[in-house]
Amino acid sequence: MAYTEEELKKELETKEYEYGFYTDIESDTFPKGLSEEIVIAISKKKEEPEWMTQWRLESFRYWKEMVEPEWANIKYKKPDFQDISYYSAPNKKPKYNSLDEVDPELLETFKKLGISLDEQKKLAGVAVDIVMDSVSVTTTFKKTLAEKGIIFCSISEAIKEHPELVKKYIGSVVPQKDNFYAALNSAVFSDGSFCYIPKGVRCPMELSTYFRINQAGTGQFERTLVIADKGSYVSYLEGCTAPSRDENQLHAAVVELIALDDAEIKYSTVQNWFPGDKEGKGGVYNFVTKRGICEKNAKISWTQVETGSAITWKYPSCILKGDNSIGEFYSIAVTNNHQQADTGTKMVHLGKNTRSTIISKGISAGKSQNSYRGLVQVNSRAENARNFSQCDSLLMGNECGAHTFPYIEAKNKTAQIEHEATTSKIGEDQIFYCNQRGIDTEKAIALIVNGFSREVLNKLPMEFAVEAQKLLEISLEGSVG
Amino acid sequence: MDLKDKLVSSFLAFENSVDVHHPVHDIRSEAIRNFELKGFPTKKEEAWKYTSLNSLQKIDFSIFPKEENELEYRDVKKYFLHEIDTYKIVFIDGIYSSYLSETTHDGVDICLMSAALTKPMYKPVLDVYFNKVASRDESLTTLNTAFSREGAYIYIPKHKAPKKPVEILHFSTGNEASLLLQPRNLIVVEENAELQVIERHQSLTANEVLTNSVTEIFAAESAIVDYYKVQNNIESASLIDNTYISQKDKSVVKVHTFSFGGKLTRNNLNFYQNGEHVDSTMKGVTILGAKQHVDHHTLVHHRQPNCESHQDYKGIYGENSTGVFNGKIVVDKIAQKTDAFQQNNNILISDKATINSKPQLEIFADDVKCSHGCTIGQLDEEALFYLQTRGIPKREASALLMYAFANNVLESVRIPELKKRINKLIANKLGVRLGFEL
Repeated sequence: MAYTEEELKKELETKEYEYGFYTDIESDTFPKGLSEEIVIAISKKKEEPEWMTQWRLESFRYWKEMVEPEWANIKYKKPDFQDISYYSAPNKKPKYNSLDEVDPELLETFKKLGISLDEQKKLAGVAVDIVMDSVSVTTTFKKTLAEKGIIFCSISEAIKEHPELVKKYIGSVVPQKDNFYAALNSAVFSDGSFCYIPKGVRCPMELSTYFRINQAGTGQFERTLVIADKGSYVSYLEGCTAPSRDENQLHAAVVELIALDDAEIKYSTVQNWFPGDKEGKGGVYNFVTKRGICEKNAKISWTQVETGSAITWKYPSCILKGDNSIGEFYSIAVTNNHQQADTGTKMVHLGKNTRSTIISKGISAGKSQNSYRGLVQVNSRAENARNFSQCDSLLMGNECGAHTFPYIEAKNKTAQIEHEATTSKIGEDQIFYCNQRGIDTEKAIALIVNGFSREVLNKLPMEFAVEAQKLLEISLEGSVG
Repeated sequence: MDLKDKLVSSFLAFENSVDVHHPVHDIRSEAIRNFELKGFPTKKEEAWKYTSLNSLQKIDFSIFPKEENELEYRDVKKYFLHEIDTYKIVFIDGIYSSYLSETTHDGVDICLMSAALTKPMYKPVLDVYFNKVASRDESLTTLNTAFSREGAYIYIPKHKAPKKPVEILHFSTGNEASLLLQPRNLIVVEENAELQVIERHQSLTANEVLTNSVTEIFAAESAIVDYYKVQNNIESASLIDNTYISQKDKSVVKVHTFSFGGKLTRNNLNFYQNGEHVDSTMKGVTILGAKQHVDHHTLVHHRQPNCESHQDYKGIYGENSTGVFNGKIVVDKIAQKTDAFQQNNNILISDKATINSKPQLEIFADDVKCSHGCTIGQLDEEALFYLQTRGIPKREASALLMYAFANNVLESVRIPELKKRINKLIANKLGVRLGFEL
C-alpha cells in the first residue's frame, strides 16, 4: 500500500518517543544548586578518599572561572546550573547479589527497554553494568572477567579499590579544565564505569553499559575511564534511552580512553535519549567530552549512532601520540523535529606514521539542524601522517539544515589529508525505482537511508547493529523524500 | 597611541577634506562609529582564528599621504599588462595619477571614485549602489567605508562592453616610512553588459604598506564580469582585500586571485546571489615562500533558486609560509536546485610551512547538490620519477608537476596575455626556467 507524502509526514510527526516512560523509584536526591559544600557532600556520599575530594574541588574552582562555550552551531536556553540537583541515586541500596533482590519496578523498566537482565546474561554473553541515575546497580559477569584479570566496575568502586589506577589516569586525557562541561563533570560526577584490561589480554566479551536518566530535574554526570594495557583489546558498548520529560535535562559526561602500546579499544555508542516532542519541548541536553589517547601502535575506534537528545554537543576525539597509532571515527547522526546536533571528531596527529579515518553521515529531517564539526591536526613532527575524512549529509524536507565545519591544520609536508563532503537529498528517481519494484515509499526511504549509513552500521558490533538499524527506522521511516 | 585610536581621531581631520553634506558622509559617520565599537579583529574571532593583525597594528602608519609623487612610465611599465591596450586607473600612494592613467567617459564610465563623489551627475548611481552590498559591521570594511574617498569608479550601462580590459594599479613609492592605503572601488555592470578588470598593488621600496581595500561589484541581469587580482607584492606590503559582489538573474561573475607575494594577504571575497540562474566562480592560485601569510576567506550566499557556484583554490606552500583557506557556502531555504562546488588542494613543500583549511557548508534547502573537497599532500613520487627517467631534472620536474597542479585555475583566464604573464610569475616563483611555453 502506498502512503502519500502528507500521510507519511504526519505519521512521522505524531510518532511519539517509543521508550518514553517514567519509573517511580524513590531516589536519594540532593537539594538543587552547586557549591563547594555540594561537591564535598557528593564526595562524602560516595565514601571517597581525600585525594578525590580535593580533585573534585580543584575542578569546581576551575569551573567557576569558566564560561559556557557558545561557538557551537546550536541554539538553546542555557541551563541554570543552580537549578539542578547534582546527585541522585536509586534509594534501595546496598548492592544486589542476584536479580531477585533488584527492585521489581527497576526490572520492569529494563524490560520495557528490551534489555532484561537475565535475557542479556544468557543470550548475548554481554556483561552489563547498568547505571540508573548515577549509581551502578548491578554488575554481571564480573567473575568471568575477573578470571582474566579484567576490572570492570563502577568508577566509585574503582576509586575505592583501585585508587592507583584511577589516580594515574583520571584527567590524563581530558584535563579538569579542558572545557566548561568537562570541568563541571570533574567536580560533580556521580558515577560511571571503569574498565581495565591487563597486558596482552583480549577481552572475551563485549563490555556494555546502559545509561538511563531517570529522576526529574537531576543532571546526569557520568565518568567513564577505559584503560587498555599493552597489547590488550576491548570492545566497549554504551547505549542510552531516557523517559519523556517536560523540562530539559542536562547530561555532561566525560569518557576517557587510554590505549597503551599495541592496545586496541573499540568504543561504540547508541544514543537515543528523549529528543523532545514534536514541538521541540523537553528533551535531553547532551554535552559530552569523549577523548582517547593512543600510544605506540595503538588503535582507538569510535563508532556512534546518535538519534536522540534535543541538543547534542559531542566530539569523540583521538590523540595519536604514539608512532604508527590509528584513530577512527564512524558516526551516524540523525535529527528530526526540532533536534539540534553539533557533532564530529578531532584527530590530533603527534606521532610518526599515524593514520586516521573519519566517516560521518548526517541525516536531518523535520525542522532539525545537523552540524558536523571536525578537526584534523598534523603536528610538525608527525611524519607521514595520513587522514581521510568523508562527511555526507542527507536532507529530508525543506525546513531542516545540514552544516559542515571541518578544520584542517597541517604543519608537516609529508602529511596526506583528504576531506570530502557532500549534501544531497533522496533522489525522486531512487524512490521511483523502488516504487516501481513494488517497494512502498516508506520502505524505500528506510532502504536508502540504510544504504547511506551502511559504512558506519557495518562497524558496529552485532548486538548494536540490529538496535541501531531499528533506531534509524524509528527516527526516520516515512520522512518526506 | 594605538592604530585604532589614531584612525578614529584622524577622522575629524578627514572630515575637513571631504564634502560633509553629501549623503555618503552619513554612511561614513555611521561606519566610523561601528569601527570604533568593534576595533580591529582579534584571533579570538572565528573568522580571524588563523590570521593575526597584531604586528601590523604596532606600526605607526601614516594615514594621509603628504605629497603627490610622480613616477615615470618606463620605471613601472613592467607592472602593467603592457602587451595589450587597456584602460588604466593608477594611484600613487593613494593619489590618482592622471599622467599614468587612461580613463574614459565614452559610453561607459571608467574613472575615479573622487569624481563620482563630487559630481552631481553620479549621485543617482551612488544613491543606489554605494555601500549597499559591503558589510556594515565587519570592522575592516567599516574602516574603509569611513575613509572612503578615492578609488576606481566603473559604470557600464546596458548592453555595453568596454573595448579593452581595465587595469587598476596602486603604487606606493615609500616616501612615507609606513603608509596605510584605503582604496574604495565601485563597479556597476548593468543588464547584458560586460567588463574585465585586473587589479594589482605594488610597492616600490621596502617601506611598510598596508592596504585595506573594499570593492563593491554589482552585476545586473545577464551581466558578465571577470575580475583578476594579481597579488605579487614585495615582502613589506600587506593587503586586506574586501570584495563584495551582488549578482542578479543570469549574471556570470568570475574572480581569479593569484597570490604570490606580500607579507600578509587577506582576501575576503563575498558573493551574494540575488537572482536566479546566477553563476559565481572564484578561483585562486597561491604560491608562497619565506614567511608569507595568505588567508583566503570566501563566502557564497545562495539566496535564490537554480544558481551555481564554483570554487577552486590551489596552494603551494614553501619555507615558513602559512596558508589559510576558509570557504563558506550558505544555501538559504528558498535556494532550491542550488549546485555548489568547492575545492581546495594544497601542497606543502617545506617542513616549516603550515596550511589551515576550513571548508564550510551551511545548508537549509533540501533539493541541492553541494559538495566540497579538500586535500593536503605532496607531489606524486612516481610522476616525479617518471619525468626524471625522461631526462628532466628533479627541480624542473617538480615545477612541471606544480604547473599542472595549478593549471585548472589558469584555464579559465580569458585574457591570453594575462595568462602568459601569470605563467611567467609562477615560473619565477618556483625558481625555474622551462624551455617551453605552457
